[in-house]
Amino acid sequence: MRLEYFQLIDRIVDLDLAQQTIRTEARVPDASTIFEGHFPGHPLMPGVLLIEAMAQTSGWLVIAVTKFSRMPFFAALKEAKLRSFVPPGQDLSLSAKLLHEGSGYAVTKADIRCEGKLTCNAEITFRLVEFPNAEFRANMEKMAAVLEFPMESLAHG
Amino acid sequence: MPSTFDTVANIISETCDIPRDTIKPESHAINDLGIDSLDFLDIAFAIDKAFGIKMPLEQWTQEVNDGKATTEQYFQLNNLCTRIDELVAAKGA
Repeated sequence: MRLEYFQLIDRIVDLDLAQQTIRTEARVPDASTIFEGHFPGHPLMPGVLLIEAMAQTSGWLVIAVTKFSRMPFFAALKEAKLRSFVPPGQDLSLSAKLLHEGSGYAVTKADIRCEGKLTCNAEITFRLVEFPNAEFRANMEKMAAVLEFPMESLAHG
Repeated sequence: MPSTFDTVANIISETCDIPRDTIKPESHAINDLGIDSLDFLDIAFAIDKAFGIKMPLEQWTQEVNDGKATTEQYFQLNNLCTRIDELVAAKGA
């Protein structure tokens, strides 16, 4: 997790195109300027960033299902629940399942577990659009490689 | 049993916070009620659930984008209700 680059997940550990599910992992950094303000003397991973981590996990699933043809942008959030505090250094296990894809939108159900315990969950809607430009798409492909996105699965899915 | 229109109008009213009495059969969801595609997605989910159908929203959107259909054919509420009734009938056939 590189908070300063808004990279909220570390790697994709499972992508199942038949079940339309994904699992990712992330480790909250031990130190960040964010924790100096949130909160002094009681550092906590901000809930909005946990939601973003679920959105990024879901986003890679949507990119996989649409075979890298569309870019998902965050459009709506429903039933978000932040069930317990997440401190610096915490390992996160994230998962998402596709509920809908079509007519320009995708909807997922996502969650985060810490040591097996459900910590956050939400339903997230994305607007799917063409990649804005070649540079954007190239950067996404570069990030896919960093996250160990299984490109070969697109050929078989 | 409420009519198709009453069910749809109630869903729209609740989903988009639009006063129920302003929603008429001749209302156009986009032009008259100001519903955007994001809200319409929620409406479509609720309609699918209420009627046990799957509206082919992507196909309708494509037909409109390709100029093969007008938005009135699918998004004017009396026409939308006719489409819903057709899908319900097809399900039972």
